[in-house]
Amino acid sequence: MDLSTTFLGFLLKNPLIASASPLTASLESIKRLEDNGIAAVIMHSLFEEEINHDIHQIDHFLHINSDSYAEAISYLPSEVDFNNLQADHYLHEIHRIKESVDVPLIASLNGVSAGGWVKYAQKIEQAGADAIELNITYIPTTIDLEGSVVEQMYVETVAMLAREVSLPINVKMNAYFSNPANMAKRFVEAGARGLSIFDNPTLVDVDLELLSVLQRANITTSYNLSETLRWCGILYQKLSCSLCANTGIHSGEDVLKAMMSGADATALASLLLIKGEGEIKNILTNMTEWMEKYEYDSIEQMKGSISLLHTDNPSAYERNSYMYALQHYRR
Amino acid sequence: MYDSTTITVDGNEAVALVAHKINEVIAIYPITPSSAMGEFSDLYSSKKEKNIFGSVPEVYEMQSEGGASGAVHGALQAGSLTTTFTASQGLLLMIPNMYKIAGELTSTVFHVASRSLAAQGLSIFGDHQDVMGVRQSGFALLCSNSVQEAHDFALISQAASLRSRIPFLHFFDGFRTSHEVNRIEQLSVDVLKAMIDKDLVSAHRRRALTPDHPVLRGTAQNPDVYFQGRESVNRYYLALPEILQNEMDRFATLTGRTYRLFDYVGAADAQRIIVMMGSGAEALEESVEYLNAQGQKVGLIKVRLALPFAAEAFIAALPSTLKSIAVLDRTKEPGSLGEPLYHDVVTTLFENSDSLGFEMPRIIGGRYGLSSKEFTPAMIIAIFDELSKEKMKNHFTIGIDDDVTHTSLEYDHDFILENPDQFQAVFYGLGSDGTVGANKNTIKIIGTETDHYAQGYFVYDSKKSGSMTTSHLRFGKKAIRSSYLIQKADFVAVHQAVFLEKLDLLEIAKEGAVFLLNTPFQREEVWNRLPRVTQEKIIAKKLKFYAIDAYKVAQASNMGRRINTVMQTCFFAISGILSKEEAIAKIKGSIKKSYGSKGDLIVQENYKAVDTTLENLYEIEVPTSINSTLELQQTLKGDMSDFVHDVIGQITAFKGDELRVSQIPDDGTWPTGTTQYEKRNIAQEVPFWDADTCIQCNKCVGACPHSVIRSNIFDVSLLQNAPEGFSAKKAKGKEFGENDLFSISVAVEDCTGCALCVEVCPAKNKSQTNLKAINMVPQLPIRESGSTQWEFFLSLPKMDREKLDHSNLKESQFLEPLFEFSGACPGCGETPYVKLASQLFGDRMVIANATGCSSIYGGNLPTTPWRKNDEGRGPAWSNSLFEDNAEFGLGFRLAIDAHNDRARGLLESLKPHLDESLVEEILGADQHEESQINAQRKRVETLKIALEKLENDEAKTLIELADYLVKKSVWIMGGDGWAYDIGYGGLDHVIASGKNVNILVLDTQVYSNTGGQQSKATMTGAVAKFAAGGKAGLPKDLAAMAIAYENVYVAKVAMGANDSATHKAFVEAERYDGPSIIIAYSHCVAHGYDLRYGFDQQKRAVDSGLWPIFRFNPDKIKAGENPMTLDYKGPKIDVKDFMYRETRFKMAEKMNAVSAVSFLTTAAHTAQSLYARYKNLHEYYEPAQEVQ
Repeated sequence: MDLSTTFLGFLLKNPLIASASPLTASLESIKRLEDNGIAAVIMHSLFEEEINHDIHQIDHFLHINSDSYAEAISYLPSEVDFNNLQADHYLHEIHRIKESVDVPLIASLNGVSAGGWVKYAQKIEQAGADAIELNITYIPTTIDLEGSVVEQMYVETVAMLAREVSLPINVKMNAYFSNPANMAKRFVEAGARGLSIFDNPTLVDVDLELLSVLQRANITTSYNLSETLRWCGILYQKLSCSLCANTGIHSGEDVLKAMMSGADATALASLLLIKGEGEIKNILTNMTEWMEKYEYDSIEQMKGSISLLHTDNPSAYERNSYMYALQHYRR
Repeated sequence: MYDSTTITVDGNEAVALVAHKINEVIAIYPITPSSAMGEFSDLYSSKKEKNIFGSVPEVYEMQSEGGASGAVHGALQAGSLTTTFTASQGLLLMIPNMYKIAGELTSTVFHVASRSLAAQGLSIFGDHQDVMGVRQSGFALLCSNSVQEAHDFALISQAASLRSRIPFLHFFDGFRTSHEVNRIEQLSVDVLKAMIDKDLVSAHRRRALTPDHPVLRGTAQNPDVYFQGRESVNRYYLALPEILQNEMDRFATLTGRTYRLFDYVGAADAQRIIVMMGSGAEALEESVEYLNAQGQKVGLIKVRLALPFAAEAFIAALPSTLKSIAVLDRTKEPGSLGEPLYHDVVTTLFENSDSLGFEMPRIIGGRYGLSSKEFTPAMIIAIFDELSKEKMKNHFTIGIDDDVTHTSLEYDHDFILENPDQFQAVFYGLGSDGTVGANKNTIKIIGTETDHYAQGYFVYDSKKSGSMTTSHLRFGKKAIRSSYLIQKADFVAVHQAVFLEKLDLLEIAKEGAVFLLNTPFQREEVWNRLPRVTQEKIIAKKLKFYAIDAYKVAQASNMGRRINTVMQTCFFAISGILSKEEAIAKIKGSIKKSYGSKGDLIVQENYKAVDTTLENLYEIEVPTSINSTLELQQTLKGDMSDFVHDVIGQITAFKGDELRVSQIPDDGTWPTGTTQYEKRNIAQEVPFWDADTCIQCNKCVGACPHSVIRSNIFDVSLLQNAPEGFSAKKAKGKEFGENDLFSISVAVEDCTGCALCVEVCPAKNKSQTNLKAINMVPQLPIRESGSTQWEFFLSLPKMDREKLDHSNLKESQFLEPLFEFSGACPGCGETPYVKLASQLFGDRMVIANATGCSSIYGGNLPTTPWRKNDEGRGPAWSNSLFEDNAEFGLGFRLAIDAHNDRARGLLESLKPHLDESLVEEILGADQHEESQINAQRKRVETLKIALEKLENDEAKTLIELADYLVKKSVWIMGGDGWAYDIGYGGLDHVIASGKNVNILVLDTQVYSNTGGQQSKATMTGAVAKFAAGGKAGLPKDLAAMAIAYENVYVAKVAMGANDSATHKAFVEAERYDGPSIIIAYSHCVAHGYDLRYGFDQQKRAVDSGLWPIFRFNPDKIKAGENPMTLDYKGPKIDVKDFMYRETRFKMAEKMNAVSAVSFLTTAAHTAQSLYARYKNLHEYYEPAQEVQ
């Protein structure tokens, strides 16, 4: 069975990509993913904000109590060599992983400043990554900031990066735009070669015991597949870029649904975290069995077959399908 | 001549730079002020810097100086070039090995930053008592007087030692030289190689113990040969002076710097000379030049080789016109006829009187500069004046006013030696604001990048928190020899305006000097906010006055409260040392150099601060008259004794140097409870209690490291006299009545603003969850009202101790702390435990405190935190040494038990003359509970009254001893450096003794007091000094070792994780009639995070499994119960969630991500294995119970 697909210009042996997660944080773990059949890997994210925080933290605490007391001019050795202060290890790992695995390696960058995006993207390119995924999720908390300003900031970030690096750029979008399709178009115009639909932001919760707000990881299920399918379906063949179904892929059937909706690849994280790397093989088996059963020859054959462009029920992607859904429920 | 490089370093670095290059093994142990030499060496080796032989020296931290000297001895015997660094008591601990090393004619150099010895009190500062204490060991003593000389002599001594086979002790003045930053010429590797003779190194190696050429050393010798053997080395000592001089000469050929065994400086026809060694000789040389320029005929001899004393060379150095000599010793030998250098000079002259070639001069000896006491030109002139007198005062002192034995010479306190060539600047900063760091940087810039000489010296306060630092910077075109503090400054910078409220800091300004002030006030307000005396000085001295709001600039540049770059830029902008453009360029270059390794982000932020500074710095137009009525605040407040007012008050006002000998306690005994008078007002924000939100849990009271938060319950009627704003709320709990009110009060003037209380507060405001029942608010607006409320709070009646359950936090925290307002760091993790012990047992405690943080915040002058209760009882406290604390405390126990035995014997004997039932009650009293102790105390009071009526010697003796019939609680406290390392042998012996002592280990997992060197308690993966790459090994499990005895009460606690278990541990330990040890997790500034989260991190340490908490109570074995109580349930969180919140762990990851992963793996394994260990122990005792 031909499960191959093309994503960001790379020919993948199947549509399964390991999304950025702790499972893509080490060579050993990535090799296990490859051994189990993963077709591409997105490395765990490099968080510019975290790097900057760590730099500030170390600089601050190496000095804050120094030169205060005659017996203890300092409390930590400050003249040591910091060989990993600016993600050096991450970059070194890119190089090491590239030497050890055959699948495409996509580095992931989660930045906050214009300078940071460029600086780290260039380093990633030099380190030998095959592509860069940008995770741009900015949550404005000021009511005076207009949506158009935020949108423009996003687009400019992508454009700036596209100018500075030659690697294919995959933008991990979030869904919170007035018109995600238009944003997708603008990202592609700015230089994105691929879009991940969608980012899966951390969850906010309230701890009633501690009376405080909590943030926790958003572990998805197939239930979360809906928006992925909707927007893959809407965007299919509207833009000259790859689409990656990013949220809610938990089975071979989910992968097939995403492909039929128009995705070029699917990214897995929650599923692998819950069930382990071995689940990759199960998915591929399920896909193959289904395709054999229904006599499909290849993934390419089904891509976009149930998209807005090709579906027999285009209204299902739209607002008015809501009434239909409700009525269907009542029946 | 070899090329040389100019560097700007302090004395310790100057020595380490050489010692690391010419040794193969370096065995070390931290002790102030020498620690930095070991730290630099460790740093060089961690960076794989090689010595001149091509290898990276092995730097190894030992468990004590005794251990370090043993390792040195061994390494030398095995043929390595080996060194060590030490000072003070550390050097004394090396004496036994020094005899061995010298006896075996072994080449080595010990580098010593000389320091006072602990006698009537400890002092970390400089004098020669330690070095003079090892004169008899057989080491040659070589003294360097300046940073350059320390650098040079580090090499010369090694060369001479290799050639002479005599070990050398190379010493220089602690702090004055070890910590003075100065411009020096760095010795090149070529010079080092040229001076270290390869053949001699080979000869040293050939003498090594090796099975390939076996020999035997360290024999036991008998009366027949020992004496001859001792005398066999004489020729080596006789030959040494010439060898050393030859090495000095060789060095001079290589570098151009000439040294003699005795360097004479001064008039060729001088009649009066002073003989001395150490940094004071630099000031002396400066003064001699001045006096000779005035037409006097004076000189000095700088003694380089103090031992063996080269008589011939000394005599040769004397001018033949000599009439009188003063020999200065920076040491004290009570009861002797004079100090060592004086003796050597006298003996030399008298033994050679016939061959002097001139008439025997008159000689006097004197002492100066003990504990870094200033030695100034005015004092030097007084000594020369004395030498002119017909009747000279011998055995004099200079620099103090000895009104008891009248040894002191008078000197002109107003005399200041003008140095018109020098630019002198003084900066007053706060410990944490970066002032000293900025000034060190400034010296490096000027000293290294311009043709100016530069000198910097830094004076720190005695408190660890909120302390004032004073930086003394000199610059000039000529070499700077002024080895004393600046007396008149061209530039005065006050980096914290609050200092002006208490101190007249402009007294030091010269006329026309520049005054720079960091002030939070608007430009037009700055003048009006100054105290009267400051305004007067500015006008009278015609100062040029500049101001800036440095905090505003720093914050705008994302630099928080670090104003170093801002104030440094101000200095360069207005001092005129360099042109503004050149200065800015150099500051930026320096920023790039300092912060480049930490990323461009930090560099850019500092650049921004530089640029913004210039926009915010302005000159204040000085009015022609003053308008301020603000007077300087007294440094002490309250109703105090004359002693506290007259003596301690002087010290707090920075006038301690003016105190007379008669005013100082002669045996080191000082009153307790004096921090209460020193209202330091160091916190910008302090806690403010919200009575309505409070759930009355007392957690904030328990957590407060400084005892500034207290709670009480009292009758509503007492509120009548409450000052405005005093809050109280109906007391919660069934045990309290309708009229009982609960209140929390804060000593706002004593608070350090750590905010630990806010973080531990579990109660949130129901409408605004960002507020708690205790919240930080600006201190200034509530200073006065808060102070009044605190006074009222203290006047309220205290709760009845006997009605409170001491083993639970809520109730124990109503107990009065007898430890308050210590000088510990804000948010200290140790002091909550210390305070708790004082609350529970303070009225019956005797404390032996190991040297370290707890002895410093507990006993560093001027004010101390241990205090009495209303009955006049309280902890009696003493610090013996670092290494002997457990034994010291055991001594307390032995003495108390002996007194108790004697008292009981007398009581038995006097029973027929007393109320027999009273006697029997006393003798049979159970004193496990506080109520029982109080009852016994009452019985003993009754007994004493009865004894007064008996007129016999036994009764009188029993009156003296009767108080020992009441339980005394012996506490032995100290840090992990003491308990795990240097004091472990003693601690082990004491817990094996079965005696009733209570040991409290305040475990910060590093040597906190000396600046964070690793101990055996240091956790895996933590970066510490001497573990600069992160500690790879596991920490020692001291608790398990103690449990192995089975009759020792052992608890491992973390108050932030489980305050209930902590309280139980303290109560159980004290109740246990045998040895007890409590190992208490103590968060520390050396861990590198904001200590307001200290208790949160304690919880994480426990939840990660890396700090298991439990109690092992042998009493339970006797009762047939399981002695092991686990107070945690094993690892619950990833070790990373604990570790990576602290810089000590996080920086390991930022240094080397691969080894960091291995640290995490090891730590995770340790967490599991510790749990298994203690769970197994718990389970082991379970079946035993069933069998019974």
